[in-house]
Amino acid sequence: MKSKLFRSLQAFRTAQCPVAVVTDRVSGAQALVTAGQVSGDLALAEGTLLGIRGMLAGDASGEVDGLLVRVYGPPWTLVLVGAVHIAQALAPMAALAGFAVKVIDPRRAFATELRFPGVELIVDWPNDVLAASPPNARTAVVTLTHDPKIDDVGLIAALRSPAFFIGALGSNRTHARRKARLAEAGFGEADIARIAAPVGLDLGGRLPGEIAASIVAEIVGVRHGRPRQRP
Amino acid sequence: MSQFPSAPFCGADDDAILGQLGAWLDEGRGVALATVTKIWGSAPLPVGSHLAVEEGGAFVGSVSGGCIEGAVISAALEAIADGKPRSLEFGVTDEQAWQVGLACGGTIGIYVERVR
Repeated sequence: MKSKLFRSLQAFRTAQCPVAVVTDRVSGAQALVTAGQVSGDLALAEGTLLGIRGMLAGDASGEVDGLLVRVYGPPWTLVLVGAVHIAQALAPMAALAGFAVKVIDPRRAFATELRFPGVELIVDWPNDVLAASPPNARTAVVTLTHDPKIDDVGLIAALRSPAFFIGALGSNRTHARRKARLAEAGFGEADIARIAAPVGLDLGGRLPGEIAASIVAEIVGVRHGRPRQRP
Repeated sequence: MSQFPSAPFCGADDDAILGQLGAWLDEGRGVALATVTKIWGSAPLPVGSHLAVEEGGAFVGSVSGGCIEGAVISAALEAIADGKPRSLEFGVTDEQAWQVGLACGGTIGIYVERVR
């Protein structure tokens, strides 16, 4: 691989633009393919390019016409609403499971670098943050504050997006009250049923790290198409 | 057109592996990138998994969960030295695979290339 092609690959990945590296394994010649551009020293027939763009759209690596196609899809993101104790365990665990993690909390005392070293922290209201960068089909949103003022606006923004996972921490009683508030805000039963609550698989643990593990486990299962393991 | 679909990739893994490869390039070090090209049977990692190797033998990432890394790193060091790409195959029918310990019963194809 030429370092120039490698640098372009990194630039596309940083810009979160889906990109494929296409390789002729015999000559070593390579092309960089996005939805709109082709560069590099490997010439591609029109039909081959079509096949590559299909793999790009489906986020699947493999082979087309004997060429190696490595697809780099957009990142998976976990948005945590609430810079609380459980988030301190959840942020690094989710990062290890392959998620880019953002923690949102309007309360400056909670969202500190001291409590979340190296984590992307946003001191603002979740509805404002999610309006500016809306969740997509690779985004999971989990609310953790137990404060309806903060959690509800985050959930409402998530419900209006194609987020693949929406979860809320809190007991069944808390969730019953939350459901009533969301119904009053105009959400139907099917919308509200998108919320996994209480979020996390039933592992029995109560420690912050144990609850974080149960939440990561549930999100990983949903991401890989496993049926939801809750009634 | 043949296609070997794989599970969606962890962007975070790619970030760490390619980021380290870029840092080695910045330092002017010889580097190679290994990529899983095909899997048959119960191979441990999906198609596209990366292992980056630096001329001194340091490496990041994985192509097999550990069982053939040694052989892949050797091939990567050769690729860094002569600049030629290599296609490797490890499997249960391959004597070398048993020697390096691919005991999981699968077969893995790997492409190794110098980055420069």
